[in-house]
Amino acid sequence: MHVHFLDPYRPRSSPIHRLDGRVKFVLILAFILTAALLPAGAWAPYGALFGLILLVEFLSALGMGYVLKRSALAFPFVLAALPVIFTAKGSIVAHLPFGLVVSEVGLERFASIALKSWLSVQAAVVLAASTQFPDLLVAMRAVRLPRLLVMLFGLMWRYLFVFADEVMRLTRARSARSGQSDLPNAKTGGSVAWRAHVTGGMAGNLFLRAFERSDRIYMAMLARGYDGEVRTLPLPAIRRVHWLVFIAGLAILVLLLILGFLF
Amino acid sequence: MFLSPIQMHIPDGFLSVPVALILWAISVIVVGYALRRANRDLGERQVPLMGVLAAAIFAGQMLNFSVTGGTSGHLLGAALATILLGPWAAVLVMTTVVGVQALIFQDGGLLALGGNLFNMAVIGVSVSYTVFHTIRKLAGNRRRAVFLGGFAAAWLSIVVASLAAAIELAASGTSPANIAIPSMGGIHMLIGLGEGLITLGALTFSQASRPDLLQAGSTRTVRGGLVWVFGLGIALLLAIASPLASAHPDGLEWVAEQKGFLDAAKGPVFKIIPDYAMPGISNSAAATILAGVLGTLLVFGLALTIAYLRRQRHSAS
Repeated sequence: MHVHFLDPYRPRSSPIHRLDGRVKFVLILAFILTAALLPAGAWAPYGALFGLILLVEFLSALGMGYVLKRSALAFPFVLAALPVIFTAKGSIVAHLPFGLVVSEVGLERFASIALKSWLSVQAAVVLAASTQFPDLLVAMRAVRLPRLLVMLFGLMWRYLFVFADEVMRLTRARSARSGQSDLPNAKTGGSVAWRAHVTGGMAGNLFLRAFERSDRIYMAMLARGYDGEVRTLPLPAIRRVHWLVFIAGLAILVLLLILGFLF
Repeated sequence: MFLSPIQMHIPDGFLSVPVALILWAISVIVVGYALRRANRDLGERQVPLMGVLAAAIFAGQMLNFSVTGGTSGHLLGAALATILLGPWAAVLVMTTVVGVQALIFQDGGLLALGGNLFNMAVIGVSVSYTVFHTIRKLAGNRRRAVFLGGFAAAWLSIVVASLAAAIELAASGTSPANIAIPSMGGIHMLIGLGEGLITLGALTFSQASRPDLLQAGSTRTVRGGLVWVFGLGIALLLAIASPLASAHPDGLEWVAEQKGFLDAAKGPVFKIIPDYAMPGISNSAAATILAGVLGTLLVFGLALTIAYLRRQRHSAS
């Protein structure tokens, strides 16, 4: 069984997919930074950002359902911001049982945090679903990330699926040997400490396989002329249309930011 | 599938921009230094090893074991990477893991990535390293010290990283300090046990099948002074945090002031956040455990100081 379904890239032929990875990478980062910089309660610019990301999602032909489903993954963390509703000082909107009071400032701050978070996750989902990993590596090089780090990212991505397969094999072997009950909450396979020990053994096994595989990879790299130096092809030029998209995108974001602070 | 089992990856929107930028700056400095050290000290053989090990750690986070009901124990891997590879390579491995989680799987935000790198790559690795080597030094390199040190390093790295995350959320005004710090710390004291047990199992397995790996990894050391600085930095961070947690003016006290009864207001707030509350343990108990962690860290700092001074005297005489 192969776990290519893990790769969030969705091949489509859309303008968003065709947009240069470097432009997309920087614009998405700028979008997230804009959302973060906007003050709490700047609803009009938030709405504009929402419209912008909806437009991008529509253009990307990924399907709204897909983006919404994936962006819901970050939702549980909103709970961490929930207490802010009750603890911020300000005019009181409502009294709840147990002596809790909801303040206007708290409500506004909570809604802003949740909305900003949701907008940012949607942007990140679009980036990951419309850009292939090698293009992201090119983007990382374009923003001058150290070569060694980019190479580590590349190596990791190359072997992530191999090791995800290994983990699934290990897990299957464990379930085959320790027996599982269909009943929920039924104890399987010994005490908690024993189960933890078995899982630890699996982790150790996985790491040993990683060590051994890295030896083989090193030999293969040596055979192909590796001498410790990271060499890469020169980056291709960015087409003029993409430059225009880049400048227009940045201009819109800066405009929204100024609007957010003025009103 | 790769939804993080450990609620420690902060998404975007939860950190204020100044906090995010400060954490980015620290992470960039540490990762940059680790890259320089990797280029200088580590052989070219280490490059594929780091990349492959990052993939293994990422995939290894899928491993779990059921504890009770629906909960399960998981692996974060910072301690294991530190013990097997040494601190600088471990920083790079964890940076790669956390970076791909944010970039591809939206597990943690992109602007918040600086904070997540700080918690998991910088704090996670430095705590693991400090604890593991202090215990090994104190126990005189006995075999059992490897296991004890591995467990303690794994547990404490999770707990301290979660406390750092809570402090960052509090400093951003996202979550009140007196709720975020005890609840994050409390829940991760339990989660950390899973991490510790898995790390222990992995070390036992490695010791049995490839003892040479364990020896090779643990000999890659950092200069004593640097360890001392790390230890002190973390101890200071916590020392700043704990008065923040108790003396922060906004927060629950304000609710209590409004209503005039402190105790009645405390319970319900914890019930509203089931994800972060620890059933059965009241706020004051969690705070006491927190104080214990603080004490432990201070003792570690003290032990390091003594070891450092002693070595200075040795080299002087």
